[in-house]
Amino acid sequence: MKNILEINNVTKFYKNSVKALENVNLNIKEGEIFALLGPNGAGKSTLINSICGIVNFNTGTIKINNMDIVKNYRITRKMTGIVPQELNLESFETVWNNVNYSRGLFGKRPDHNYIEKLLKQLSLWDKKDSKIKELSGGMKRRVLIAKALSHQPKLLFLDEPTASVDVELRKDMWDVVKKLNEDGVTIILTTHYIEEAEELSDRVAVINDGKIILVDEKDKLIKKLGEKTIKIELFEPIEKINGNLSKYNFTLDQTNKIISHTYNLNSNTTDITELLNDVKKDGYEIKDINTEQSSLEEIFIKLIKENNNELVRN
Amino acid sequence: MNWYGIKAIYIHEMERFRRTLFQSLASPIITTSLYFVVFGSAIGSRITEIDGINYGSYIVPGMIMLTILTQSISNASFAFYFPRFTNTIYEILAAPLSSFEIVLGFVGAAASKSLIIGCVIILTANFFVDVRIDHPLLMMFFLILTSITFALFGFIIGMYAEGFEGLQIIPILIITPLVFLGGSFYSINMLPEFWQKISLLNPVLYLISGFRYSFYEVSDVSLFTSTLTILTILIGCIIFITYTFSKGYRIKD
Ligand SMILES: Nc1ncnc2c1ncn2[C@@H]1O[C@H](COP(=O)(O)OP(=O)(O)OP(=O)(O)O)[C@@H](O)[C@H]1O
Ligand SMILES: [Mg+2]
Repeated sequence: MKNILEINNVTKFYKNSVKALENVNLNIKEGEIFALLGPNGAGKSTLINSICGIVNFNTGTIKINNMDIVKNYRITRKMTGIVPQELNLESFETVWNNVNYSRGLFGKRPDHNYIEKLLKQLSLWDKKDSKIKELSGGMKRRVLIAKALSHQPKLLFLDEPTASVDVELRKDMWDVVKKLNEDGVTIILTTHYIEEAEELSDRVAVINDGKIILVDEKDKLIKKLGEKTIKIELFEPIEKINGNLSKYNFTLDQTNKIISHTYNLNSNTTDITELLNDVKKDGYEIKDINTEQSSLEEIFIKLIKENNNELVRN
Repeated sequence: MNWYGIKAIYIHEMERFRRTLFQSLASPIITTSLYFVVFGSAIGSRITEIDGINYGSYIVPGMIMLTILTQSISNASFAFYFPRFTNTIYEILAAPLSSFEIVLGFVGAAASKSLIIGCVIILTANFFVDVRIDHPLLMMFFLILTSITFALFGFIIGMYAEGFEGLQIIPILIITPLVFLGGSFYSINMLPEFWQKISLLNPVLYLISGFRYSFYEVSDVSLFTSTLTILTILIGCIIFITYTFSKGYRIKD
């Protein structure tokens, strides 16, 4: 699939000489949902803001649809929308004016039907005449999304779209994002909620200390780095793990009935058939079997830890 | 050109003016009236005429200039500083707008507000004194050019200010004294020779003088120098803004 966004060797220093991005290379495919993960201060917002023209980057090139975003900013910016991390809104304006204003800024002729549809889709229609200051945090976040979508962009950046949004609304927001994606919008989001990346994204990148330390398909990533745990529930409690079972690093839970073994999917060290045979050979009756795969969050924490150790070592 | 974008900024700014129409207009009207009471009546009873013009009428152009200058600066500086302060500027930066278009939207709106206020003052002044306008086109020329020029000046302040106090400093410390000392309420011919020479260093004097000429055909300096002065300040502001933008400085990190 064709790349809608190509980032080549982008480096960014802030004025106080903080190096926020270092040689960032990243390609985003048209139509995907891409999640950018990383701890506070990793450079996620800086990267997004550089692509959208909100901050100037120092070196490297960024292309959208094969057009340089500096040279062809008139074309590329019309194609992008951004929802910023902070709730930056003018308090005394109405929702309606605010969203129509955004569309105007991006050089599109007024289209009240589209804006109406958009506000309805984001459950903001009944608030259209309210002033921003009269809205809750979650509503403000949705106004920002409406503003970002007001000019029908092909590429949407969501910088922590569900911060300060309650659980139920978060699910709604995910549906909105999925719907947009189905309608053909490529989406790049940053988040601290791993389950969000897990739920939404096709691919993820992990960024730490201004550098991209990993890019992969979400499923592959989970598989590649993912550990799986097999939990075997027995009919009878077991005193101690011995016999054939001592081959495996089983752990025993408090009820003495569930034994668990953690293994890595791709390292082929554990033969599950053999493991189950061994359980049977030792005379245990299996009541239930359950496997759990490590979440993106665990993978993510592991990666950052390794990366930080490496940084300390160097 | 992104006309829809320029229009969006312009309308957005004018909308703020409309929302606060009462405050926006009340303050210049009240100030003008006070000037008439204080200067027109109190001083006017001593100085009846300057250059053959009734004192109350004589000060009208200066008063308009005083208001236009302060309003253009404060409107434009606030209009551009405010989104920087609230961070809503992100949207303008992310939009397909050139620096020129951004300036056009903001400065256009600030200058329009000043023009409206200027016209309101002329109407208010009419209640107190006779206001004659000998050269209406020339008057409009000066009014529009001054509004635009000082809106540009205000825009620069809005770009550089690091806080709301910063917006006030230059108008209070520099512009207001220059306007008062620039012959808004008197002719420099009334000053001792030494102070006349000093006054000639004040650019605002030239603006007021030219503007007053368009009303009553009386002036302290020639019309040509007045026009040259305003054009010089205008071009100076444009160069400065272009330079600041070209450095990518001040609004983008
Ligand atoms: N305007 C700025 N001026 C100077 N330094 C900045 C500025 N914005 C960010 N930084 C610095 O750049 C680095 C990256 O910040 P950035 O906001 O991109 O991180 P982030 O990954 O978005 O973090 P978070 O998850 O907290 O939002 C940090 O060290 C931060 O302190
Ligand atoms: Mg951030």
